Amino acid sequence: MVTIVNYGLGNLGSIVNMLKKIGVPNILTSDPADVVAAERLILPGVGHFDKGMSLLHERGLMDALNEAVVRRGVPVMGICLGMQLLLEGSEEGSLPGLGWIKGWVRRFPNMQDEDGKPLKIPHMGWTDTYPVAGKRLFARWDEDETRFYFVHSYHAVCDDPADVAATAHYGIDFTAAVEHGHISGCQFHPEKSHRYGMKLLTHVYRQETAA
Amino acid sequence: MSTAKKQLPRVIPCLLLKGHGLTKSVQFKDFKYVGDAVNACRIFNEKEVDELMFLDIDASRENKKPRIEFIKEIAGELFMPLGYGGGVTSMHEADQLFAGGVEKISINTAAYTNPSLITDIANHYGSQSAIVTVDVRKPLIGGYKLYSNGGQVPQKVALLDHLRRMEDAGAGEFVINSIDQDGKMNGFDLRLIQTVSEAVSVPVVALGGAGNKQHILDACQAGASAVAAGSMFVFHGKHRAVLITYPGRRELKELFGIA
Repeated sequence: MVTIVNYGLGNLGSIVNMLKKIGVPNILTSDPADVVAAERLILPGVGHFDKGMSLLHERGLMDALNEAVVRRGVPVMGICLGMQLLLEGSEEGSLPGLGWIKGWVRRFPNMQDEDGKPLKIPHMGWTDTYPVAGKRLFARWDEDETRFYFVHSYHAVCDDPADVAATAHYGIDFTAAVEHGHISGCQFHPEKSHRYGMKLLTHVYRQETAA
Repeated sequence: MSTAKKQLPRVIPCLLLKGHGLTKSVQFKDFKYVGDAVNACRIFNEKEVDELMFLDIDASRENKKPRIEFIKEIAGELFMPLGYGGGVTSMHEADQLFAGGVEKISINTAAYTNPSLITDIANHYGSQSAIVTVDVRKPLIGGYKLYSNGGQVPQKVALLDHLRRMEDAGAGEFVINSIDQDGKMNGFDLRLIQTVSEAVSVPVVALGGAGNKQHILDACQAGASAVAAGSMFVFHGKHRAVLITYPGRRELKELFGIA
């Protein structure tokens, strides 16, 4: 059973749809008790970093998440803003993040493409993504070309390069996914990334079932 | 590690819903039945399209409510970002559509009277989920004119004033639809795309007129971040036989000179 943490930010319908499609039982909850008792967690979310952290505090989910993930070692996967919240903080706001992954979330600098045109921020669209070998998220990954759907203005910068699970390029090389032990996250949206996303989520949840 | 230095634009089939079927217009009239919506979606899903956009023309032309259950049924089988437009006038409707798996909601008619709806959507779901679509006609004399209610009702506000107001309200993306070019398949109104792209800072999606791959490149060179099209992806040949097609990623990379 995968517990999707609904703290009131972003669109969760497509995550539920994809998990249903790949046959992974899931519940969508905002109840801290469900989070404490979870077997596996997804921390989704879209929007402003501080708004995400404030909502986690207001809804009593901070303690529940720490209890589950830090004390009990429940595997968690952050998606988009949910991934950014795993880090220590963000240039977007002033509140501390969950701090489970060492590093900071930075805004894309002003950048230009090869023709000298300014690159629009947010970075929105399908981008080739390069998994890092040996990471659980991409175990037995057999795609020649991997691409995912991204929508973001900020990206994670990990203190420890070993926590980077995938990279992509938009003006600069940036971290597309993070992983530290049982804590992982992706900046892109696997739930909106066709077979690539489906494969990623299938792998993650099959492995954890087997483990 | 090799990385692509350029970003491919999003290429978005834009499908018009009428009843449970799809239809396609020329200059917002002369509707032709294209096929069953659910079936067409399955094909577009298999072709791994970048995004898909649905506009319910019954809802926008006849002030009907969005058909939430039908949209949910479609969304449940689609694993790419799905945009929906047509008859959305309240946050309650938006909530239901998002919960059903819709990723972006396009507001057109309601934007003229109720810009706070855009602000509410952007605040709750992120500005990338709040699209404002405008239907634009170029009269023989004078500047571009805006129309609401599926191209039926002229609006007084000037194009760029409206878009700037919408950007302030929280719109994260604009779909710029040329009524004159709709269904013509002879290229976008590039001057329109350029005018808008230079005036706004959020991504601009060009719609209306695409007939071939070159048109996609042209629109992007004029400043569009993404390209949407209807006829190009559902019609084939000069007799407009129905055939669903979508350019492969390799083809697009070649077109855009990305190794």
